[in-house]
Amino acid sequence: MALFDYAPAPESRAAAGDIASTYGHYIDGEFVESTGSEALKTVDPSTEEVLAEFAQGTEADVDRAVAAARKAFTSWSALSGAERGKYLFRIARIIQERSRELAVLESIDNGKPIKETRDVDLPLVAAHFFYYAGWADKLEFAGYGPNPRPVGVAAQVIPWNFPLLMLAWKIAPALATGNTVVLKPAETTPLTALRFAEICRQAGLPKGVVNIITGDGRTGAALTAHPDIDKVAFTGSTEVGRAIARTLAGTTKRLSLELGGKAANIVFDDAPIDQAVEGIVDGIFFNQGHVCCAGSRLLVQESIHDDVMDALKRRMSTLRVGDPLDKNTDVGAINSAAQLARIQELTAAGEAEGAERWSPSCELPSAGYWFAPTVFSNVSATHRIAREEIFGPVLSVLTFRTPEEAVAKANNTPYGLSAGIWTEKGSRILWMAGKLRAGVVWSNTFNKFDPTSPFGGYKESGYGREGGRHGLEAYLDV
Amino acid sequence: MSSSPLSTSGLAASGLAEVASSEASLRRFLHGLPGIDAVGLQARAAGLGTRSIKTTAKAYAIDLAISMIDLTTLEGADTPGKVRSLCQKAKNPDPGNPDVPHTAAVCVYPDMVPFAKEALGGAPINVAAVATAFPSGRAGLPVKLADTAEAVAAGADEVDMVIDRGAFLSGRYLEIYELIAEIRKACERPDGTAAHLKVIFETGELVTYDNIRRASWLAMLAGADFIKTSTGKVTVNATPANTLVLMEAVRDFREATGIQVGVKPAGGIRTTKDAMKYLVMVNEILGDDWLTPDWFRFGASSLLNDLLMQRQKLASGRYSGPDYVTVD
Repeated sequence: MALFDYAPAPESRAAAGDIASTYGHYIDGEFVESTGSEALKTVDPSTEEVLAEFAQGTEADVDRAVAAARKAFTSWSALSGAERGKYLFRIARIIQERSRELAVLESIDNGKPIKETRDVDLPLVAAHFFYYAGWADKLEFAGYGPNPRPVGVAAQVIPWNFPLLMLAWKIAPALATGNTVVLKPAETTPLTALRFAEICRQAGLPKGVVNIITGDGRTGAALTAHPDIDKVAFTGSTEVGRAIARTLAGTTKRLSLELGGKAANIVFDDAPIDQAVEGIVDGIFFNQGHVCCAGSRLLVQESIHDDVMDALKRRMSTLRVGDPLDKNTDVGAINSAAQLARIQELTAAGEAEGAERWSPSCELPSAGYWFAPTVFSNVSATHRIAREEIFGPVLSVLTFRTPEEAVAKANNTPYGLSAGIWTEKGSRILWMAGKLRAGVVWSNTFNKFDPTSPFGGYKESGYGREGGRHGLEAYLDV
Repeated sequence: MSSSPLSTSGLAASGLAEVASSEASLRRFLHGLPGIDAVGLQARAAGLGTRSIKTTAKAYAIDLAISMIDLTTLEGADTPGKVRSLCQKAKNPDPGNPDVPHTAAVCVYPDMVPFAKEALGGAPINVAAVATAFPSGRAGLPVKLADTAEAVAAGADEVDMVIDRGAFLSGRYLEIYELIAEIRKACERPDGTAAHLKVIFETGELVTYDNIRRASWLAMLAGADFIKTSTGKVTVNATPANTLVLMEAVRDFREATGIQVGVKPAGGIRTTKDAMKYLVMVNEILGDDWLTPDWFRFGASSLLNDLLMQRQKLASGRYSGPDYVTVD
């Protein structure tokens, strides 16, 4: 046993507030029961304990929600920007006031460590609402013409990896620009979206401006195919994104997609090594690697490969894996059994194809869905683990010899969401950033997010931008 | 106190012995060390600062921190009486509570060493003397050597020297290397043993993290037993980030040479909460080998009382207040 053994420091489960045993939808300002009878369960992935049942949204439910949003659109879009901004500022403040409750609830439903929900997710959620609240009365200065108009009713489908943050990315710009929304959270993480519905009521948001409808992919398909929506915003897998694009083809509906990634984190021999190692760890083990822009491919210059690997393994040995509600936990639970199975399948393929697998010794809890932080070395570009998105705490390490080779390897993927560059040479950062086909390029850092900064992908990572001034465009008729 | 770990064979085996053969080669080596990204470094230090240390872990850390303190008085107004009082506090920090550990050392000016030695008697507490024209280091070599010799002759167990920051900032690294090596010689006693040498960088005057890393390696190459952030006499003293640079340096130096060097943050560490953050860094950056007073020290004075108050709170469940610990 280590000399300095941290005692458990659990955040209180009770801080999450009351979790109802069953949930319906939030439509037209009311919590309503589904027209169907099918219910789904959401579990705490760290224990597999069932947290609540919630409705599987039907086509009739979707009709009701879209009708409510359509009705509300007339008056909401007619409000002055300053008035809309007031509601958004109010929502942002309530989120800050209730941030502990929301952080604990998010950790329980998602499995991510409280350290991250408390220090990353919730501050960013509030910041996003504050940021777009500020745009609401300044749209004429956004560069989209003197009086840019909203699109209408937006159908928004979000993933389970950052449930509340993705909700904020979708709802805040939509409302600021005068649209109304129907949002469907992921079927493994519906609880914080439903809690957000309470916040909308607390803020006195007019009925029908935000509607939340729960369910799995069938509900999502019904929503995105609904004839009376004007726009679809989707964050999730490339496969589902393609299906939605096919559905909307030939219609006038707008679409923005934020899909998968297989980002390269590129470390040159003149990098600040200790900070680069932190960036590598943050890039792939933050949020259990359930991050579309995760730095899942480490491209390290061959001359420092061994030093970087030694330092990385040493650092990985200090990662604390376990109870998401313990304030000292660095890596929490995998979100679902299905995701765990996918990670296991791809890592098995990595070993079978000859890559060298390493994990620090760490004891994983017996119940729940867990996967130890893992690094594969001797990975070649042909291996599945170098090409397919794993969406888990698994890093593939490849080497390069020259900047040109680094660019070629980094771009050699159907994706193009993000990339990282580690070097003390500023001119090389600029040269690389211009050559990398990725929507976000971080230099000497990784996984940094800010509401003022646009985010989005190239190629199969999607299209459209969220965040910043650019994020307004997706919700304006321009 | 463990004996000095320095062995030239470790340096020789690592190929680092020749680094200081000329100003040019020393400079090449120090400037070839990996750079430090300030934003990333500070984020790492702040991240470790969010560890939540509770109950049994807190009790362990409080006692460990007390045992790592170099209880310090470095004032123009220091008197034998003040030093004697400080030594009693070092031996028995919480009167009536004998299970509180003693501090690692007391730290005084060289002329106060005889009084400290006498007051400590046979207690297993070292006397550390600041020397080499502390705190500015602005004196010629003969003065610095005499200052050191006086402290050692008076019985100092440890010498805390300062580097010449002016020489460092103007790039005269070899001069500092030679200074440290000379002072190291001056630390030797007639019986063949030597006072432990701590080298103070005054990180607040070196300013950049790259400079602090270079200074760390420079001192370790020259034979420092400990590297220490600050004198406590300037605006910016120990911070989690600059101490993190020292920790990474001693970790990497041992990796390269097999030689272990200690770390001492000094100045500005006043609360138990602060001390916990440093111990978390020791734990997660350096590990068990450094979690002892032989290899990690706090240069502090008011920190001790806050640790004692937190210790009382942990034991009794109640806060007592500053009147329930002694002023010195």
